[in-house]
Amino acid sequence: MMKDNIDTKVGVDAMETKFNCRDVQVYYADNHAIKDVNVDILDKTVTAFIGPSGCGKSTFLRSLNRMNDTIPICRVEGDILLDGEDINDAKVDPVQLRAKVGMVFQKPNPFPKSIYDNIAYGPRIHGLARNKAELDEIVEKSLRRGAIWDEVKDRLDAPGTGLSGGQQQRLCIARAVATEPEVLLMDEPCSALDPIATAQVEELIDELKANYSVVIVTHSMQQAARVSQKTAFFHLGNLVEYDDTNEIFTNPRDQRTESYITGRIG
Amino acid sequence: MPVFWLILIVLAIAAAGFVVGRSRALSSAEGDARKLHSLPSFYGNNVVIKAIVPAFLVMIVWLLAQPLVVASSVSGLIPESAIPDNSSRGLVMAEVRRAADGLDAAVASGGMTEDFARNARADFNDVTERLQEAGAIVTSQVTQPVLRAAQRFRVLNATGKTLMSGAVIALSILGALWGIRETKAEFRARNTVETSIRMLLIAAASIAILTTVGIVLSLVFNTVEFFRLYPASDFFFGTTWSPSFSGRGGSSELGVLPLLWGTFYISIVALLVAVPIGLFSAIYLSEYASSRVRSVAKPMLEVLAGIPTIVYGLFALLTVGPLLLSVFGPNGLGWMQAGTAVMTAGLVMGIMLIPFVSSLSDDIINAVPQSMRDGSYGLGATQSETIRQVVLPAALPGIVGAILLASSRAIGETMIVVLGAGAAAKLDLNPFEAMTTVTAKIVSQLTGDADFASPEALVAFALGMTLFVITLGLNVFALYIVRKYREQYE
Amino acid sequence: MTDATVQGGAPAPRGSIHSIDARTAKRNRAEKRFRTYGKIAIGIGLFFLVVLFASIIRSGAPAFTRTVVDVPFTLTQTQYEEAEGTLFKTKAYSDFFIAALDNQLREQGVEAEFDADTIERLLGKVGSTIREYYRANENQLGEEVSFSLATSSRVDGYLTGRVTRESMTDSRFLMAADLDLVDRLVEGEIITSEFNWPFITGADSGVDNPGGAGIGASVVGSFFMMLVVLFLSLPIGVAASIYLEEFAVQNRFTDLIEVNISNLAAVPSIVFGILGLAVFIQFMHLPQSAPLVGGLVLTLMTLPTIIISTRASLKAVPPSIREAALGIGASKMQTVFHHVLPLAMPGILTGTIIGLAQALGETAPLLLIGMVGFVARGYPDGFLQGFVEPNSAMPAQIYTWAARADVAFYDKAWGGIIILLIFLMIMNIVAVVLRRRFERRW
Repeated sequence: MMKDNIDTKVGVDAMETKFNCRDVQVYYADNHAIKDVNVDILDKTVTAFIGPSGCGKSTFLRSLNRMNDTIPICRVEGDILLDGEDINDAKVDPVQLRAKVGMVFQKPNPFPKSIYDNIAYGPRIHGLARNKAELDEIVEKSLRRGAIWDEVKDRLDAPGTGLSGGQQQRLCIARAVATEPEVLLMDEPCSALDPIATAQVEELIDELKANYSVVIVTHSMQQAARVSQKTAFFHLGNLVEYDDTNEIFTNPRDQRTESYITGRIG
Repeated sequence: MPVFWLILIVLAIAAAGFVVGRSRALSSAEGDARKLHSLPSFYGNNVVIKAIVPAFLVMIVWLLAQPLVVASSVSGLIPESAIPDNSSRGLVMAEVRRAADGLDAAVASGGMTEDFARNARADFNDVTERLQEAGAIVTSQVTQPVLRAAQRFRVLNATGKTLMSGAVIALSILGALWGIRETKAEFRARNTVETSIRMLLIAAASIAILTTVGIVLSLVFNTVEFFRLYPASDFFFGTTWSPSFSGRGGSSELGVLPLLWGTFYISIVALLVAVPIGLFSAIYLSEYASSRVRSVAKPMLEVLAGIPTIVYGLFALLTVGPLLLSVFGPNGLGWMQAGTAVMTAGLVMGIMLIPFVSSLSDDIINAVPQSMRDGSYGLGATQSETIRQVVLPAALPGIVGAILLASSRAIGETMIVVLGAGAAAKLDLNPFEAMTTVTAKIVSQLTGDADFASPEALVAFALGMTLFVITLGLNVFALYIVRKYREQYE
Repeated sequence: MTDATVQGGAPAPRGSIHSIDARTAKRNRAEKRFRTYGKIAIGIGLFFLVVLFASIIRSGAPAFTRTVVDVPFTLTQTQYEEAEGTLFKTKAYSDFFIAALDNQLREQGVEAEFDADTIERLLGKVGSTIREYYRANENQLGEEVSFSLATSSRVDGYLTGRVTRESMTDSRFLMAADLDLVDRLVEGEIITSEFNWPFITGADSGVDNPGGAGIGASVVGSFFMMLVVLFLSLPIGVAASIYLEEFAVQNRFTDLIEVNISNLAAVPSIVFGILGLAVFIQFMHLPQSAPLVGGLVLTLMTLPTIIISTRASLKAVPPSIREAALGIGASKMQTVFHHVLPLAMPGILTGTIIGLAQALGETAPLLLIGMVGFVARGYPDGFLQGFVEPNSAMPAQIYTWAARADVAFYDKAWGGIIILLIFLMIMNIVAVVLRRRFERRW
């Protein structure tokens, strides 16, 4: 019965849809972590995944750019279509997929290199710049998009690990943006940050939606309400409800969603 | 073996003391162990410790001190005139010791009586004859002063041993009596025993310091002695190594540079083999290999580390050397004259070091946090790009530390170079030439016939000092780097 | 290629993920290459391992067989008295033997010409062996006895293919012509192969008798050294570890000990040899070549290894055990000795065995304290003498053989290595079994 609700949304605005997910199952060895998830993720929109710990929201996020491939015991079934193409197809090179679908992680993880080299890493491996000048341009543009340019422009040669937590996370976002992805996956990007840094990152996410489809996993319902237009609520591996953010927070249809957002479970 | 019996006697005293102490404690509490401060066995152990520890301490100190005291007293008996021109007091003393051993052997085999051996007026020609008959090795005629000194030497040693036995046994009994006297119901035996045990534990831990002190002292004293006979500048900057075999110095040239060059050349060849193979093995095992492959390949590689170096030495001498010779030798490319060469030793040493590099690097690569790899994969990097551009740079300090430790191993390795590198000290660039190393020369200088007091033998200690300083520096630096690196990711 | 600063075209319009673009294909090839390097590296490592073991086994196997000449022999009382009456007694016995051998060959229908010199080159001093036998067993006179005489190692080599007629040069040890007789003896089935027990149980031989060299005495020497190492390094190592792990407070003294231990673990073994030479032999005048001194040196060398592994085992015992014991009023000392130490014991023993195995194979320090050269006087006279009488040790004995000019000793050296490796393997297997059996996961 839940499915019906979601199915009605499918294909409403096919042009804007980035991901079509149908009957997605994820297993960790024998553990069935994600069950029958159907969801459509829209372009130029921030989509938030919320739910209690261990509900599978991060797992599902990681299957969108096949990061789960790096975990040997993990197995994904069902169809995940990016622009109508199955990302789990044997022909797909995960490397190419991840260039299109970038990712930002829970803990800021700058490489032990200079700020410049951190940003330039992606463009270099994907061959996005023809010469040094172009690379400089990409680095500056990405750092500006990451809203960190003004803070680091004088010390591009300093190690990325020397920045503060909030700066590191914005650096990681800038790094992800530098490869010109079409989708940006963010796995609890603010959980390791203090409130001020969180505010900076949230502001940044809001700006990013003009160009990208952003999918953010968050623990904080307030954050989901602040930054996202669409919200999906996961519980025990099931996608319980998926709708406009306003709708979810003001008028949840499912009992479990209501319990979660009112703080009775979670 | 009187020392062995002495130990047994002390142990027996201690065992008796234990029984007495324990029963005395019980009787002082009227047989009710609950009235005692500590368990009865603690009272026994208190006696045991007091009977054993001081006695053994005195015995060890005595055993160490007696040879020094005896030697200095006997040495005074030898007049300057009895020391030949081309000899030294040390050499004469060695002769005295040999003569004394000879007298012992002669007495033991019945060649002479104890009284005769002690007789100060004995004709030394007669003594020499009897010594030779008894099979004691006396190369030349024993001179009058040497014989007198040897007799004195024996007498002093025997007296010393007797005195020591008496002192040790007396001390042991006194200690036991003291422990027994202390034994009363309210005596805090457990605390006393535990404090003593704690002291013993500290003493055991201090052996590490003592060992280092022993190494440093034995190197420093002999090195200083060497520099007294041979100028330090000639040693450190000399480019020729040609010790004379007469054992009389003078014509020897003992420059360390050719040996250091050989050492470094062989080590470099070894590292050129071990580092790429070890590092790539570590990368493959930690990043690519399935757990099945890993569980088989890793222990198999580590078998290489458990093989004794003598095996590698023989492998170099008898398998790798002839193999290289058949390719590069006179019948092949003509670059190589004999099987023993820098290449032979370096190659085999490299094989030995592969597991050393690979398991250290493996640990270090595994310590790089997964989040780094995820960050790189998330940007669409391939696995090899991630390894080369993220994992390895992050692990670099640790890997450098591992390579430094491996090179310290290579520099200190002995058996492979003794058997595989050749004996000629040369400053040459051809890796197919035979060269020699610091360690190989330490062995050859100390196992030859040269007298310990001659520069030819003493130079080994200066070489040992050089080796110790170089490897210690490398080790300290490497451990510092590795520790720094571990802290970074902890 | 990918770390070049800037390359490739303008930001390519991202195409379908179902078709692999040229750049990705190129990167995937690089990936494959890189992975292959890893496989090659492992392959080379394992290849070396295989080559090493293959050459050990191939070269060492001949040491375990020896060829003997079996000749039935009867000496009558009169012949005995006649021989004892001559001037060259052993020559007489040698002649008897030659006659018996000739007889034996003829029975087998083989024709051969040979003289006493040939026999001596092939079988050594036959005459004196026979004479010794009958002087010791006069009751065997008149009875038929079968003498199994070991052939010289060069004949072994000829029969195993190490020595060929083409490769050998005539020497006082063997002439090419002698090989004709060997061929005849083989034809007559008088030469047979048997397991070389004397190699395993015997002592070292002189430099011109490679065939008679055995490793047994040096195994005993190694055994006495290991006893010293075990009985010193285990208690001292455990005591030091207990202090450092359970009692030591963080201060300069403790730091000093820790730094010392980690550095000693990496000091080259030859430096320990120098220490042993200077302190134990020059300063304390302990006997040279004695297993006691060897054991002391190896103890100092092994201690850091044992301390490091013992501390790891002590650390693995969870603090809850200590708290439980302290909580019911046990003293710190009782806690450690009654609870922590027994729980850590399997790990400690495993570490100790591995340390012992390392010490067993160590050679360089032994060379410096004189456990090398022709020192094996056979077996020690008794248990206590075993510690102080000059002896050799397995690795030192192997080195001695390898350093001798006569290539026939190389077989012995390889054979010695097989024995040494068997000991090491047993020790390591015991350690692994111990760990598997008693390992606890907390």
